[in-house]
Amino acid sequence: MQDHAIHISNLKKSYKNLEVLKGLDLTVKRGEVLALLGPNGAGKTTTVRILSTLLQPDSGDVVVNGYNVVENPDGVRASIGLTGQYAAVDEYLTAMENLEMMGRLYHLSKAESIKRGNELLVQFDLVEAANRVVKTYSGGMRRRLDLALSLIATPPIVFLDEPTTGLDPRSRMAMWSVIEQLVASDTTILLTTQYLEEADKLADRIAVLDGGRIIAQGTASELKDRVGKERLELTIKEGSSFEKAIEVIDGEAMQHDAQKRVISVATGGTVSEIKRVLDRMESASIEIETLSLHKPTLDDVFLQLTGHQAEQKNDDTTA
Amino acid sequence: MTQPHNTMTTHSSLYWLCSDLWVFIKRSLSHIFKNPDQILGLTVQPIMFMVLFRYVFGGAIQTGSVSYIDFLLAGILVQCIAFGSMTTSLSVAVDLQRGIIERFKTLPAAGWGVLMGHVTADLVRNVIQCVIMVLVGLLVGFRPTATPVEWLAILGVILLFTFAMSWVAAILGLLAKSIEAVQWMGFFLVFPLTFASAAFAPTETMAKYLRIFAENQPITHVIETIRSLMIGTPMGNHWWITVIWCVAITIVAIPTAAILFRKYSGR
Repeated sequence: MQDHAIHISNLKKSYKNLEVLKGLDLTVKRGEVLALLGPNGAGKTTTVRILSTLLQPDSGDVVVNGYNVVENPDGVRASIGLTGQYAAVDEYLTAMENLEMMGRLYHLSKAESIKRGNELLVQFDLVEAANRVVKTYSGGMRRRLDLALSLIATPPIVFLDEPTTGLDPRSRMAMWSVIEQLVASDTTILLTTQYLEEADKLADRIAVLDGGRIIAQGTASELKDRVGKERLELTIKEGSSFEKAIEVIDGEAMQHDAQKRVISVATGGTVSEIKRVLDRMESASIEIETLSLHKPTLDDVFLQLTGHQAEQKNDDTTA
Repeated sequence: MTQPHNTMTTHSSLYWLCSDLWVFIKRSLSHIFKNPDQILGLTVQPIMFMVLFRYVFGGAIQTGSVSYIDFLLAGILVQCIAFGSMTTSLSVAVDLQRGIIERFKTLPAAGWGVLMGHVTADLVRNVIQCVIMVLVGLLVGFRPTATPVEWLAILGVILLFTFAMSWVAAILGLLAKSIEAVQWMGFFLVFPLTFASAAFAPTETMAKYLRIFAENQPITHVIETIRSLMIGTPMGNHWWITVIWCVAITIVAIPTAAILFRKYSGR
């Protein structure tokens, strides 16, 4: 267990009657970047809150950097940096003052805090704004400062809880490039996200969380292999029976959307395989409007594993 | 196990506790001076209150042998302090809403120090406000008889009362579900307590039950203590009842706030 940065076994957590985590098992190796991927309400934030000592687990073992979160929360706290969903920065202070304050609270000396703070301002492209009050910052700048604050004490483990949720595309790109620098260092990162693209781009390994359990894990390509090499996507013409089309195809890892009249199936991508599908449709006299082949996205993976869309919003606000 | 190389263990835990508290106090104090709205409220509000009561209501209220402005000053001072102490509830609620308190709780520091910081800021803010009020009072006819020692005693009462009230405010801030809620919670606590008191009119003129309440609630004792020290009205039991109230409130409020702070687990 010592060579693991994070080790979670059989973690359970309920809020009143709502069971959020139902026996979660997860291990993150040192230096690894793990994306915890799941829809709203899957339990991502609850997991991060337990890992960062904000919440007590109901049962199960949670060890961070060799410290048990229940028995030695201070050991955990000295080992981690946390960037939450909300940019938790002090509005009335400047970036530098925020950094110094956090450095002091991580028990760095004042000189160390300022030195490290200056490095982070450069790294996160905040030098020009360093002495402006945070109140005047844009959303993207706040997020970058927020991340910088969690790195002030160079913790070996960093939790990024939905670091780009709610950012515009440009700020998201900027945030990604900042996180990529962090990924390149030997910091262990646990990233939660509901964006498949984000997990794909940043993480070494992805764990898919749904309904309080890890339902799959592996590298992005391992997960993609589960849904076939190439996916064939068919749009069924109005007038032809959509239900019948589903019946006729009956392929592997099929997904369908009746509203958009789209069916997609896994194929090896060979012409003969595609032809076979099309022949079957033709003999059932189902007309096809469009046809496309694409590499599976993590969206396909998610849909395949959970039976619902990754972006699906559950109205569970506690997790 | 990778040791976080930052954690310096060369200092005692008491050293770090003091260091943490100081960081939080410095933070809250800097909020006073970096927030223009607060500075405005800090200076303009007491002046408005003073002038309003002195010139608008003052003529209609009988205070016997004492001039109304001399009678009023202690009352209005205590009301301002009571409202001022509620700033902590707002500061705590804002910190909670922004997720700053959560962040502090994940640090290897004494996170509850954030409450201590806000309470300390209230102490400083209230003293500044009191000084402004007394100075404005002097301009509109307030003539205190207090000796320097009595002024020091007044300062002591102000600090003691603020400290107690601010910890109560910290509890309200931790309990409030929203920033709007915290504003009316403080208002509903302080408004009746300060108006149903000896702040603006002698209690003798009040209806029976109101009078019983007004004469026995803590704020009246605080007011009468300060009034006696300022202009020499009879002290009686007021000073020690004031001290007992303030100490009792503080003794109950601090652990309550600490427990709520520990238990708080997110929106």
